[in-house]
Order: sequence, then structure tokens, then C-alpha cells
Amino acid sequence: MAAQARERPNTMNENPGTEAFASPSARLAQIANPQSEVVHFGADDPLPLDCGVKLAPFSMAYQTYGTLNAAKSNVVLVCHALTGDQHVANPHPVTGKPGWWETMVGPGRPIDTNRYFVICPNVIGGCMGSTGPASTNPATGRPFGLDFPVITIRDMVRAQARLIDHLGIPDLLCVLGGSMGGMQVLEWAATYKDRVYAAVPIACAARHSSQNIAFHEVGRQAVMADPEWCQGRYIDEGKSPRKGLAVARMAAHITYLSDEALHRKFGRNLQDREKVTFGFDADFQVESYLRHQGLSFVDRFDPNSYLYITRAMDYFDLAADHGGVLANAFTGTKTRFCLVSFTSDWLFPTEESREVVHALNAVAANVSFVEIKTDKGHDAFLMEEPELFATIGGFVGSAALKRGVPPAGKVTP
Amino acid sequence: MNVMPPPQTRFTDTSRVDLLLIADMVTPGARVLDIGCGDGVLLRLLAEKRGVDGRGIELSQAGVNSCVAQGLSVIQGDADTDLVYYPDSAFDYAILSQTIQATYSPRHVLEQLLRIGKRVVVSFPNFGHWRVRTELLFLGAMPRNDTLPDRWYDTPNIHLCTIKDFVALCDDVGARVEKAVALNAYGYKLGVSMPFFMQNLFGQQAVFLLSR
Repeated sequence: MAAQARERPNTMNENPGTEAFASPSARLAQIANPQSEVVHFGADDPLPLDCGVKLAPFSMAYQTYGTLNAAKSNVVLVCHALTGDQHVANPHPVTGKPGWWETMVGPGRPIDTNRYFVICPNVIGGCMGSTGPASTNPATGRPFGLDFPVITIRDMVRAQARLIDHLGIPDLLCVLGGSMGGMQVLEWAATYKDRVYAAVPIACAARHSSQNIAFHEVGRQAVMADPEWCQGRYIDEGKSPRKGLAVARMAAHITYLSDEALHRKFGRNLQDREKVTFGFDADFQVESYLRHQGLSFVDRFDPNSYLYITRAMDYFDLAADHGGVLANAFTGTKTRFCLVSFTSDWLFPTEESREVVHALNAVAANVSFVEIKTDKGHDAFLMEEPELFATIGGFVGSAALKRGVPPAGKVTP
Repeated sequence: MNVMPPPQTRFTDTSRVDLLLIADMVTPGARVLDIGCGDGVLLRLLAEKRGVDGRGIELSQAGVNSCVAQGLSVIQGDADTDLVYYPDSAFDYAILSQTIQATYSPRHVLEQLLRIGKRVVVSFPNFGHWRVRTELLFLGAMPRNDTLPDRWYDTPNIHLCTIKDFVALCDDVGARVEKAVALNAYGYKLGVSMPFFMQNLFGQQAVFLLSR
């Protein structure tokens, strides 16, 4: 197929039927027994949430890459996006696909695991081993479902800080992430000023826009409109609102791409046929592509987690948390910031990053800001973007040098 | 990724001798904002020679990206519009090297610089240089030299001035001239004993250190 998406191999040759869902058993297995390191915080060690609930017990699943140095000064925390997880740079245990940021994190990569100790936790509310709505509610012995408390970006960051404490790591050389990961980076920099030496929020904003909340609401309504959602009790019922979640993913996926990129990849090309069928099959390649995106997503993601995590993004408004003035969130910061945006990202347009930059300027913070020209839309941060790699590699490398972390390969005798 | 350390900064090109002069005016370890920092040549020089805490603003995205990839703290921005976001006295030095003549509103920019920097360094090409004057007088064409290399239709310089003009602007905005150095076409400082009208005649470029 000529228009095969180079960035997403093996996604478009398939022409899935609408019933081609895989068994959820592999996915459900990751919730209770993830193929990751897990830290369990006991009933006496609760996580206070913004909604007022104290969550206990709770678990944090995480992956690490590289080696912690003796000074514990080389820690890079990667925050994943809405539908990401902790499997940054290893094959995914459910799908078998490469890690979602293998181009960025690994030996010799911009986040060089020969130099840095990289930690990526699954967010609280997620479905890959950290406590979330699919985890067992100790009070009932059944999955939480909608009894799980509503969480916020700050709750996610608090839980990560607890994990970092538990690992005996005093502070972080760098916190980086894109999209919702970028929101967590901003929250880290605002809430734990003394623990973040450098921060890299990519393709994000200090608050979720009305349009973005609207898209999330469409996704949630699609999940909840599926009869198999069962008011959130689908695991008890042995069901799963897969069609609803697939539709949510399809709608969301459009927002991750640009009109230009869609047109470049698919145009009006037809899928395995010479002419339109005068029916509602996936005549167009773009339809087939979206259906595949929807189907492959439900194999690895919990529908209720999708509701909770989108909600957390909707609630994010860093300025509102600091008296309505974004700059107040960063008063007195010593953190070195590097913001990155993409020209064709209409989900988190450059202007949103620029607002953060201006707030950081207002407190005379140390800030770099790079806008990268690309037609790949919001998802550009996950793709092969040499300028992104040069920016991150240069910025984090320079921060590491200033902090006394030597470049990889230079072994001090 | 292999990020090469940037090469040691050297100047053989006499047109940017102003950068060495600027570096001499900045105290070690100062907080510095370089507006119009280009590819970061002055920020690198200041970091090497003076150990400053340096930041930059650059209009061109290519310049910004190259600076950040070298580990410099630079944002994309416009001197005319983006200085308002900085608080008063945020920096020990606000530096505008060879940029004021390319701004839309040099007076506004200078006022902003004096607000956010405790001291301000401005360097600019002197349109009062004798060769500029004679070129216009005898050739009847827009003058070009090392510091004014572009043709009239592709130059970013829209507000060229002479040293005399700039001193008048400093008076207007209430800036105190702490130091003013003119450089001749070979990059040498003109003698301090030289009368001012002579500096305006023989200086190809000038570097001013200002304070409020």
C-alpha cells in the first residue's frame, strides 16, 4: 500500500472485521500481576487525593532502564500520556509491540540509558499495574469500577513522588513527558520545586482547553453508551464495552493527527477495492486505519481507566490551582525548563506552550522553548523527529553536565 | 545521541569584535539576557569567559533550535513584543547586540531593556561612519560594509542610526551612558580622547553600556 504510515508499521495492511476483538485475559492479567516492578503501599500509608478520599492501599507499577549512579544524580522520570503506560523502551507485554518511546529512550538515544537512570511509572488510575478502577477494591473484593475515586494530574504526581521516595531517590535530574505526560511535568515542577532540576513538558498546556474537554466527553459518552459497560461493572458481568471504547479511541485518534498528515497518508484512497461499495464498509483507507486503531486499543486498555484518566486531564488547570495566575505556580523556581511544541498540533497548539513560557519569563525562570515544524500533528512527539531528538538530547545533556553527570562512555577511574 | 561540545568561540571576523567588548563589560557570574542571540555565539562566549547565567531570545526558529540543542537556554521570541513578560530588574545585564536597528520600535525596546536589566548593553552599526556618508554622497546608493552587509531590499535593518542619534535616544529615555566604545573598520577601539563627533565619523560600530 503506497500510503503505508511509515511511523506506524503494520497498522494498515489489516482489514479487521468489527468483531475481531481479542480476549481481554492478557490485559486483565497485567492489572493484578503486571510484568513490571511494583511497589505496594499499605493500608496505613494512604495517598491523599484532591477529591478528599485517602486511597489505601495502593500500588505503583514502574519500569526502569539504566543504572542509578552513586550520587543518585542521574534520575530521569518519564511521564506517560493518556493511553500510554510504563513500557517506554521494552516490548509491550500485551501487544508485543516496541516500547512507545524507544526512539527517545535507550542506549545511545537522546535519553541515553548508558548515562541516565530512567524511571517510568504507570499513572494512578491506569490499568497496567498501578491501582486503578479495574483493580480489586479491598472493601468489596470486587473491581472498583466507578467506586474508584476521581483522580487528578496532581494525584498522579503525588503518587509518583511517593514511589520516588520509596526508591530512596531525593530528587530528579529531569522529568519529561508529552501531552498528559507534559501536564505531569508541569505539575511536578510546580508542586516539588526543589526536587526537579530540569523539566521538559512536550506538546502540552497548563490547562485543558474547552475543545479538548469536549473531545474527551465524546469519548466517555461512547464508552458509557455501550450496553456492555454495565454502569462500570463490566468485569463482574464478564463483559467489556469494547465497541464504545474503540469509537472513543477513533475519535481521539483524529485529534492526534493533522489534516495534512491524514491527507498525505491516506488521501481519498480506497481500501483493497477499485471503487466505492455504496455501503458502510471501510471503503476508504482512513476508515480502515481508524477502525484498526480502535480495535487494537481495546486489547490493551481498560474502559473505566479511559474515563478516569480523561477526567484527570479535563480537571487540569495549573493557574486555577495558584490563585488564577499561572506564574504563581512557578514562583521561586530554580528548575531549568525546556518546552517543545509542534506547528501542526491542534490539540495542544504552540500558543498553549507559549503561555507557559510567558509565565516562566514572568518569574525570570531558566527556560528554553522550541517549536518544531512538522505536519505530523500532536503525535509528532512519539515519532521520528530529528529536531526533537536534538533538542531533548542537547537540553538534558547540558543539564546533566551542569549537575556533574558525566557523558556516557567516560568512565572515571 | 552524541552531543558534541560546542567549539571554543574565536573571533577572526572583525565585524563581531563587539561581542568581545560586550563580554568585557559583563561581570563574572552575572544573570544575562541576550536579545537576538542568533545561533548563541555571544551566550557561549559569555559562559566561557564570564561564567554567566545566560538566557536568550531569538526571532528565527532555526537559531533557537540550534541554541537549545547546544544546551543554551533560549526561547523563540520578538524583542518588540516579548520583553513585556519579564519582571523588573530580572537580569543584571540585558544585551541587544546588533539588533536594535532591526526592531520596529527601538525606543520601546530600549525602555523595556532598561526595565528588565539593571544594566543594558547595546551594540549597533554606526550609520554616521565616514565611508557610509561618502558612499551615499558620491555613489548615490545605499551603503554596505562589514556591519551592513545586506542590500536595501533584503536587510532586516529598518531603523538605522548614528552614534549621535543613539546618544539622543538615551537622553530621551533617561538612560545613563556608563561607557561608550566606538570601533573602527578594523575592529580597533577608537581612542577615548577622540572628540565625540570624530567617533561618530570614524566608528563603524559602537557598544554602549547603559543604566537607569
